[in-house]
Amino acid sequence: MEPLFKTSYEVARADYTSAGRASADIKRRLKQLGVGGDVLRRVAVASYEVELNLVIHSLGGELELNVFPDAVQLVSADRGPGIPDLAMAMKEGYSTANDEARSLGFGAGMGLPNMKRNADEFNIESTVGVGTTITMRFHLA
Amino acid sequence: MTIADMVRILNAKVLIGADKLDTPVYTACCSDLMSDVLAFVDEKTVLITGLTNPHVVRTSEMLDLKCLVFARGKIPTQDILESAEEQGLVVIATKLTAFSACGVLYENGLRGVPVPEEWDSREGG
Ligand SMILES: Nc1ncnc2c1ncn2[C@@H]1O[C@H](COP(=O)(O)OP(=O)(O)OP(=O)(O)O)[C@@H](O)[C@H]1O
Ligand SMILES: [Mg+2]
Repeated sequence: MEPLFKTSYEVARADYTSAGRASADIKRRLKQLGVGGDVLRRVAVASYEVELNLVIHSLGGELELNVFPDAVQLVSADRGPGIPDLAMAMKEGYSTANDEARSLGFGAGMGLPNMKRNADEFNIESTVGVGTTITMRFHLA
Repeated sequence: MTIADMVRILNAKVLIGADKLDTPVYTACCSDLMSDVLAFVDEKTVLITGLTNPHVVRTSEMLDLKCLVFARGKIPTQDILESAEEQGLVVIATKLTAFSACGVLYENGLRGVPVPEEWDSREGG
């Protein structure tokens, strides 16, 4: 099915100052499209978490927003380094975040579990040396 | 209570949103760990923090928080305040420590945000 609305954002590695701009824009656009309430909040939180991970952990990547009549979809695809142990990464409290990320209030190892909790459908695939792709869907009532 | 009551109780300075002080508040959370705030705050509440970086405001934006309280007399930079203003957030600053700010607010009837049910299975407490 073709999305009603589609846009994407380039997210650079280690760009801590701009981190979150894409998510702020996604939230604004969804609001304009009439998405609100609980779904909007869940998309915003998951989007911010996934965007921060691109900045903190990846070599850079892209965050894509697709809006369908019945769902909002977020796809994050990066260029590496990939996650060696996905089961470990999904655990609350597991983090390899550096000091800079920690000094900003991140690196608690809560992001991935939080995305999974907020999304209605969550899929993560990762290959070391290639990259990580996360797809999340949020059903519109 | 309202944000205006918080300002009075904390002897705080209003940095942004002086026109929204009549907003009612029922709950609050206090953290310097934005990861945690993003993970367990499910309602439009108040955040008390000692961190003054842009991500505190961005986290508030994602969660639609009502009011941000900076403790220990810290004030963020102008551009951070401007982004708070754009999203309609109320920002106040108090000289109290985060602990004391929470203490007096609690004493005056403000309560913590409800915690997720999953926490029942945790080992602490
Ligand atoms: N896009 C990614 N590329 C490579 N590794 C990643 C990526 N996303 C997450 N990880 C790995 O998974 C771990 C857990 O991620 P998660 O988002 O749960 O926690 P965090 O980012 O470390 O801390 P928090 O999200 O609480 O600020 C990270 O510390 C990192 O090792
Ligand atoms: Mg994370």
